Amino acid sequence: MLKLEARSQTSVFWTYASPLLALVLTVLVGVVLFAALGKDPLRGLEMFFWLPIRNGYALGELLVKATPLLIIALGLAVCFRANVWNIGAEGQYVLGAIFAGGVALSADGNSSAWIVLAVLLAGILGGMVWAGVTALLRDRFNANEILVSLMLVYVAIQLLGYMVAGPWKDPMGFNFPQSKNFDAITRIPRLFTGSRANIGVLMALAGVGLLWVFLFRTRAGFAMQVGGVAPAAARFAGFSSRKALWTALMISGASAGLAGALEVAGPIGQLTPYVPSGYGFAAIIVAFVGRLHPVGMVFSSILMSMFYIGGEMAQSRLGLTRALTGVFQGMLLFSLLACDTLLYYRLKWRA
Amino acid sequence: MATPRLELSGITKRYPGVLANDAVDLTVMPGEIHALLGENGAGKSTLMKIIYGAVKADSGQIRVNGEVVQIRNPQEARALGLAMVFQHFSLFDTVTVAENVWLGLRADLSLQQVVQSIERVASEYGLDIDPGRPVHSLSVGEMQRVEIIRALLTQPTLLILDEPTSVLTPKAVEKLFLVLRQLASAGCSIVYISHKLHEIRALCTACTVLRGGKVSGVCDPSVQSNASLSRMMIGAEPPALAHHHRAPGAVRLQVRDLSLTRADQFGVDLANISLQVHSAEVVGIAGVSGNGQKELMLALSGEDMRSPANSLCINDCDVSSLGPRKRRALGMHCVPEDRLGRGAVPSMSLAHNLLLTREEALAWPSLGGGWIRVGALKAKTQAIIERFGVKANGPDASARSLSGGNLQKFIVGREIDAQPSVFILSQPTWGVDIGAAALIRGEILALRDAGCAVLVISEELDELFEVCDRLHVLARGYLSPSVPVAQASVQTIGEWMSGLWDADVQSRLQTMAAAQSEATHAQA
Repeated sequence: MLKLEARSQTSVFWTYASPLLALVLTVLVGVVLFAALGKDPLRGLEMFFWLPIRNGYALGELLVKATPLLIIALGLAVCFRANVWNIGAEGQYVLGAIFAGGVALSADGNSSAWIVLAVLLAGILGGMVWAGVTALLRDRFNANEILVSLMLVYVAIQLLGYMVAGPWKDPMGFNFPQSKNFDAITRIPRLFTGSRANIGVLMALAGVGLLWVFLFRTRAGFAMQVGGVAPAAARFAGFSSRKALWTALMISGASAGLAGALEVAGPIGQLTPYVPSGYGFAAIIVAFVGRLHPVGMVFSSILMSMFYIGGEMAQSRLGLTRALTGVFQGMLLFSLLACDTLLYYRLKWRA
Repeated sequence: MATPRLELSGITKRYPGVLANDAVDLTVMPGEIHALLGENGAGKSTLMKIIYGAVKADSGQIRVNGEVVQIRNPQEARALGLAMVFQHFSLFDTVTVAENVWLGLRADLSLQQVVQSIERVASEYGLDIDPGRPVHSLSVGEMQRVEIIRALLTQPTLLILDEPTSVLTPKAVEKLFLVLRQLASAGCSIVYISHKLHEIRALCTACTVLRGGKVSGVCDPSVQSNASLSRMMIGAEPPALAHHHRAPGAVRLQVRDLSLTRADQFGVDLANISLQVHSAEVVGIAGVSGNGQKELMLALSGEDMRSPANSLCINDCDVSSLGPRKRRALGMHCVPEDRLGRGAVPSMSLAHNLLLTREEALAWPSLGGGWIRVGALKAKTQAIIERFGVKANGPDASARSLSGGNLQKFIVGREIDAQPSVFILSQPTWGVDIGAAALIRGEILALRDAGCAVLVISEELDELFEVCDRLHVLARGYLSPSVPVAQASVQTIGEWMSGLWDADVQSRLQTMAAAQSEATHAQA
């Protein structure tokens, strides 16, 4: 019988190598999967690992998808390090999109370019409001934040559906449930001509720096992590667990809301029922594959973005289902968890 | 010569990075009470787990009644007549004594039969217990009795007890010894694991001493002295503490009529606790843990902030509604009873653990509660490591990587280094080796000599008598009046610990209180 035995010490090398090993395993499973589907595995891998980086335009598209993933994951990392299980970033992202969309729709010919700032701030506010509901219910009634935040995702999606089918429906939109296109003035400035990547990329990178400082150089960030790994020690030290709960949810709500605003006022350009694209859930995987470390999450967000694009490519070029994106994401998380188990335990045969 | 009941030869067990048992020999004769003496980490627990089949030795031989045996699991150990009473009980709180015992027995017995056999064993050995009582209503000593009865029902020929007296009052210890002697005279061998020298000398007829995984001596403890046993155990005698006379100064810590209802179901209510600690004074609170020690510590440290207004004062400042951080700012520092997870974060470095209670290494306090100056933090940590002789791989070593004694030295050092004016320690030497314990006690006295008011909550009576000037007893959430150590005896304190509210103790308390007030009047 196989038995797990705790290791007395974890290897530093494997702490960093384990995500890479997980990636290798994911690729191997991918090869088997393509072969089983009757496709050339090399062609399949090309869809996921070469086409997304083959030229400048493709790289821009990679950034378009990696940016929201990274921004959301940065906020989630704060939550998870504080042991606050916010699973509902998707809902906070949708609320951010709704709030940002509201401001963008209010623009007219006289609006100044500063309205972009208002759009982004509205998105942040929307995400915080939605995360605040979870924080309030947890703080006041000790409601489980996993369930509350997850359920609120579906409420948010219904709310979006109502807005685009009701008050904000485009009168010239042939009765489609969508808003009118946002004015050009409200759109997020792009980084380069010829690429859809916008200044959200810079915000994400700034977020990486901010998160690093917060986690590793401020007492508040330290206190929050103590609360996550040793609640009794946090209590002994006098770090408030309520403050940690609210801070964590406000930061992750704000970042998810920002991502929502960047998305609707960026690549999408209007509110539609297709705004929720699963970024909020995929960012959970980004956060864990990136070891909840700001720099690690840069790499994992790019990887997850490749899976998104690869899935689309596999659909259009190989005639495979887009569900492959989810399969690859899930395989990566699964392999990582398996590798991490071996990081903390060794396998032993036992008679 | 008779066949030994148990004979271990050359038992070796290696864990990653440490040799827990190095060619250990142990011979236990029938009817013998054999002490296994050693510091924490000397390899006692590993050896017992090997005997009981919970851990497999890398090499070595086990003979039971002269025959070589392979013990692969606890069931096989029990089949060979070996039984063990662990330090930490494995009883279900919500069901009765009989039902708990029933769980470990053959399934074809009826509850009625179990009750009968419990009563038979109980009366045979004077282990009085009501089989129908739910376990959560038992005292710790009674729970231990249940564990012993459970072990005896398997009719063992060898009974292993791991640190059995750490949870008992002195009275209950005497009672336990009676039972053990009776068992031994009936032919049952007993392996008695402990680090308490006087108990071993009083009870045991043979002794094997372990140090660093090796046998460092085999002797008859009744003809040894504490000093000679201690030499075998740690290689040296513990240094004597230097006591200086200091007249107590102003009141630094004042607790007035502190009553708190329990925060969790199996907790203890604190009832009208009142005490004072003066500067240059060490006050001790004796008592078996589980009598409100945890609750009192939480209230004092500020982790439990429900204390009524004016019930807690530090240096004449009401702190009852202040959190731990503000209390520290007023000069009160605490060392909690749990090192890992409360006094320190196991997965974090010592430098980060310094940040839990110390803020010197922070700059710009307005920015996110303060900017961590990593260089200053590590330098400060290194200074504490050196000053208190903490064996650690520098400031970046994780708290988890330190031994219990070294981590406790670090935590105590962290708080002492802050130069507190009020210092509160709970169980300061629990699970700490003798060398570290002596150092910590020495630091407590040095702090007192420097004018600090020190409060020590401990269940080690020896320790309290060694460092304290005055003693209280905490029993069932009530605090006894204080008695100067010079006038206290282990016997009185022990009586207070077990049933403070018996009529005769009550009356004794009243006379004590009257005598005390007379004494104060006489002084005034």
